[in-house]
Amino acid sequence: MDITALTSRRFLVPGLITLTVLATLPLYGSLYTVILITTILMYIILAVSWVIFSGPTGYMSLASAAFFGVGIYTAAVLMPNTGQLLPLPVVVAIAGLISGLLAVLVGALTLRLRGIYFAIFTFGLVEIIKQVLLYWEFEVTHTRGRFVVLVDNDTVFYIMLGIFVALMLTVYFIRRSKFGLALQSIGENEEAAAHTGINVTMVKVITFGISAIFMGAAGAIMATRWTYIDPYIAFNPLFSFMPVLMAIFGGMGQLYGPVIGAAIFAYLQETLQTTFPYYYMLIFGIVLVVAILYLPNGIVGLIQKLIQRWRKGGSAEQNANT
Amino acid sequence: MDLVTILDIAIGGLLMGGIYALLAMGLSLQYGVARVLNIAHGEFIMLGAFATYTLYTAFGINPLLTLAIVGPIIFIIGFLLHRTLFTRLRISSPSPGAFESRSLLATFGILFIIQNLALIGWGANLRAYSYLNFGVNLGGAIFTANRLVSLGFAIGIGLAFYIFLVRTRMGKAIRAAAQDPATASLMGVNINRVLAICFGLGAVMAGFAGTLLSMRVPINPAMGMNYTIIAIIVIVLGGLGSIPGSFIGGFILGIIGTVVTYIEPSLSLAAYYFIFMLLLLVRPKGILGK
Repeated sequence: MDITALTSRRFLVPGLITLTVLATLPLYGSLYTVILITTILMYIILAVSWVIFSGPTGYMSLASAAFFGVGIYTAAVLMPNTGQLLPLPVVVAIAGLISGLLAVLVGALTLRLRGIYFAIFTFGLVEIIKQVLLYWEFEVTHTRGRFVVLVDNDTVFYIMLGIFVALMLTVYFIRRSKFGLALQSIGENEEAAAHTGINVTMVKVITFGISAIFMGAAGAIMATRWTYIDPYIAFNPLFSFMPVLMAIFGGMGQLYGPVIGAAIFAYLQETLQTTFPYYYMLIFGIVLVVAILYLPNGIVGLIQKLIQRWRKGGSAEQNANT
Repeated sequence: MDLVTILDIAIGGLLMGGIYALLAMGLSLQYGVARVLNIAHGEFIMLGAFATYTLYTAFGINPLLTLAIVGPIIFIIGFLLHRTLFTRLRISSPSPGAFESRSLLATFGILFIIQNLALIGWGANLRAYSYLNFGVNLGGAIFTANRLVSLGFAIGIGLAFYIFLVRTRMGKAIRAAAQDPATASLMGVNINRVLAICFGLGAVMAGFAGTLLSMRVPINPAMGMNYTIIAIIVIVLGGLGSIPGSFIGGFILGIIGTVVTYIEPSLSLAAYYFIFMLLLLVRPKGILGK
């Protein structure tokens, strides 16, 4: 993945403008807009976090739902509606750390596996956590579901925005660091990277952990908006596939690919779900197949192709004129 | 634990294992040969089960006869799916690894499409019918006749398929394509056609498993996923791409599942995952993998 584009100045100004527009949104936006943008930000966080790890390494992780769900559950345990144990930002941070630790543990165990085995394993991880939690809740704690403290929409929005900004800064600094260089060389040729003295497994495990921190934090804050949590809601496998789909749909060649993909998809999802509740998943499936078939490089790839064609067309015209 | 209980668990495990074996052989063809890890595999089980249910309840057609109707229809669906979608993906993907992950995602799309079409068509309720529903006494343990018949058919279909692979020209082409698609294609095997046939046959196996399954368990449109997961576990257990491995692995997992269900029913799915993850870590090649 090439994130160098972000380091260039031309993204600084639009980035700052977007940030200002977003930060002042609750002042002029309607309640619905704030909630919608929060959801979109959540999906952007999931998609970009997924790309941090799976983009350069080529491992297809389907564990996003596990890390997201661990965040949700952490919030459900630490902030029950019967009495909040810790302040919200602390809970979000703890949720992120627990998810990160889980990822490091899982990564250390499994990142030696070949690509497809890793995908299957991470998918199984979501299910096994769900099954064990279901058993635990049913047999030991005797709770069917948990209720979470209600937090007002603006606070949820600002924390989500904070996680988003932190994620973007992390991506930027990883990119500028030696660590990012190591990560990129692993993506290009793992064996060669190992020969130059990079501890390949270590870099992969740490990256996996970093990506999980943001997913867990996003899960914790979403839990306060959903207010009712059970293992089926928290560990919905859709949250593993959505980030992958959004990243591929947007295009992984540039950082703004997953961001655009997630924004478009989250918006489509919200509108489709309300207008066609019964056909929503069907349409989703069709879009998924079509996107994989016709947009192998995503929207970014399509845009680049169009720009290229337009430039070529322009230069051909110039040639004709002279 | 007395002898009858042990017999009960052992035969119960074989009965479950027969279906698992069939399922896994289908997925093994799709993944081992066509390199498509078909997450929508379970949806073909669901389609087979619902076709059988509909034909039996609406037209009174014998569920065992529907095997002959379901088979060709699902084969055509699978064949065309590979011809239109996966062949194209295979050609346009830069590397085999890229093809594997892109086709995996595409099968998720197919899963959503099939499952939701079935939901629109049949509704979300559990459905069941009664066929050959009487007890047979086997050495003290009692099993319903439909389970014994489905085990017999599962083994019969499995063996027939194995003979097809080993003895026929097409079987040879399939085995060659499994070993090395590029070389097989140089030797005059029409690789796109063979892979599409493999995918179609894999879907047929799932459809057959669905028909047999519908005789003894209630069915609904969301039933597929669990069977897909079981099939994946079995093919990893037996060794990816090894047809006899999937067959044996199916029976092993069936017996393990029955034992765990006997001890603690709510943990059987968790136990499957646990075995599976342990297996991936300890011996990712599977029991018969090379």
